Amino acid sequence: MNFERIREKLNILADAAKYDVSCASSGSTRKNSKNGLGNSTGMGICHSYTEDGRCVSLLKILLTNYCIYDCAYCVTRKSNDVKRAAFKIQEVVDLTINFYRRNYIEGLFLSSGIFKNPDYTMERLIAVAKKLREEENFNGYIHLKSIPGASDELMYQAGLYADRLSVNIEVPTVSGLKLLAPDKKHEDFTKPMLKVKNELLRYKNERKIIKSTPKYAPAGQSTQMIVGATNETDKDVMYSATFYYKKYHMKRVYYSGYVPVAKDDRLPSIGSQVPMLRENRLYQTDWLLRFYGFAVNEILNNDYPNLDMDVDPKLSWALRNLHHFPVDINKADKHMLARVPGLGMLSVGKILKARQFRKLNWDHLKKMGVALNRAQYFLVCDSKSWEQRDLEAEQIKGMILQNSKGKFRKQYSQQLALFN
Amino acid sequence: MEKSTTLIYDGSFNGFLTAVFTAFEERLNVADIQTNSMGQSGLFSENETIFTNVEKAKRVWNGVRKKSHAAISNIYFAYLSEMEGIEILLFRYIQKLMGTKSSKHLDFSDDTMLRISQLARSVGREKHRMEAFVRFQLTKDGIYFANIEPDFNVLPLISKHFRNRYADQQWLIYDVKRKYGLFYDLEGVELVSLNLNEIHFNKIHKSDAFLNEEYDYQTLWNDYFKSTNIKSRINKKLHTQHVPKRYWKYLSEKKETA
Repeated sequence: MNFERIREKLNILADAAKYDVSCASSGSTRKNSKNGLGNSTGMGICHSYTEDGRCVSLLKILLTNYCIYDCAYCVTRKSNDVKRAAFKIQEVVDLTINFYRRNYIEGLFLSSGIFKNPDYTMERLIAVAKKLREEENFNGYIHLKSIPGASDELMYQAGLYADRLSVNIEVPTVSGLKLLAPDKKHEDFTKPMLKVKNELLRYKNERKIIKSTPKYAPAGQSTQMIVGATNETDKDVMYSATFYYKKYHMKRVYYSGYVPVAKDDRLPSIGSQVPMLRENRLYQTDWLLRFYGFAVNEILNNDYPNLDMDVDPKLSWALRNLHHFPVDINKADKHMLARVPGLGMLSVGKILKARQFRKLNWDHLKKMGVALNRAQYFLVCDSKSWEQRDLEAEQIKGMILQNSKGKFRKQYSQQLALFN
Repeated sequence: MEKSTTLIYDGSFNGFLTAVFTAFEERLNVADIQTNSMGQSGLFSENETIFTNVEKAKRVWNGVRKKSHAAISNIYFAYLSEMEGIEILLFRYIQKLMGTKSSKHLDFSDDTMLRISQLARSVGREKHRMEAFVRFQLTKDGIYFANIEPDFNVLPLISKHFRNRYADQQWLIYDVKRKYGLFYDLEGVELVSLNLNEIHFNKIHKSDAFLNEEYDYQTLWNDYFKSTNIKSRINKKLHTQHVPKRYWKYLSEKKETA
């Protein structure tokens, strides 16, 4: 191993790969076979966290950062003056195996700039995965990037070795894509997605008949959208996310606040703030859609095209729909409990179990970990004291904000700071 | 006043379950359950020494498991927290559990029940952390070695995970606080105790127990950790929340200078 050379390449190619936010290593079902190396069974593990607080679970690198495209939002675009490098296939394999054996990582996340053409690039990515699986007997997690424009045949092969496949849609609107990535067509992104979805369905059906059907991308596929690069609304973002969840059976859609990496008139300038709060609100909405039984048009619609910044989307929904409340904690069904601000799905589960034994009061809820600060205005329980005043939405919001602290508060507070 | 008894057991989990069995069988009014190293006798209670009996322990284990699968794992996890007074708390928990008719659900509105499931949760969290934070270093003998210092006694819980995952390499995970470890020799896992001259945390000084190549990979990992960080999103508070400082000295990526 030429240590210094590898070290330099790793620095360049890890740095270029870090804007991909997906780091999931969960949801796969690969067992360790024949006393080989590694497994990935269901629960993911975050082996470390970077100083920006993001999970490090996979060795996330580019095979190369040479690229024929010139997408404005991307740090490795053709016209950007950065150091370029490329890994050999064996080098990626060695790094992955040696990191894995030391329990640093759950597996490999391999992406790449596009050199020559999409198929040539995709072939090289598949070659790495194939070598890991067949020569090293590696059963850890592999996440491969689907290169936009790659052929169906290659997408089929990729799924045989990878646990997850993903292609990043990057810009939520078609018009935005035209503006920022003129060389790429919308179909280039959706074609690989469609192929993967169809293969997933086919394999699922075959497994019903023949149990030993090999696995095809057992952790499904995902995609990512940049927010804050074009002037899209939260409604645009969440409606296209919903579209991808439904149409392509995405396991996850990731939202990545745009980190300015280039000087370009079409984009926010370098040094402008990363929209982290907005990103956070979008993820909260995503969770409400996937786990809490909300429909996207309840939260975002033409009257409310953007999410509230000062309160979370569930609270915001509840404040607009006070006629559903208060909810009786001892009687309401699961569906309605999940809609109470301050109740998470874990608390809902505990409440459903506990109320079979006795009627619950505030004390019980508090001990279970319910955020009463928010929940108290929307609940009645086995207690005489509950919010009996007929409060307006604005009043409730004011009281909740007054009694809580948020780490982003200073970004949207309208009150002037006395000392600053 | 009814006579009460303090049960003394040998400190093993089976010993504890035997004590529970004895208490139920003899319908004792239990004042406390202690390990024999504690030796704190109560003023108004008699002592009874328990001899560990695997058969009896098994009957308690199976009895509880029949009631609820969640309960039996709660009990084992909470026991490994090694918290002072955990035995008597667990005894009350088992009493309550066996006393309820509905076995399907756990009563989260009961203080003992809630406390035990919270404790089990903390131990579970520590188990998960250890599955993440173990950092193997390759010794010259070809053994992947790691030392850890977990808050709770989680080695018995992580054994299966590492055996399944690293089936083709020899590894040794050593708990420096409790002075025992797990060694996998490609056949099976066994408990070992070592005479460690030094604790191998992430110091800069290179030990000659390890290969040079080992330090190269540590450097690469250290570099990777730095270059994957996005500076404009820095959030140190979140970072330390996920990776509490007490674990840092065993993490090679937190080494000051490589």
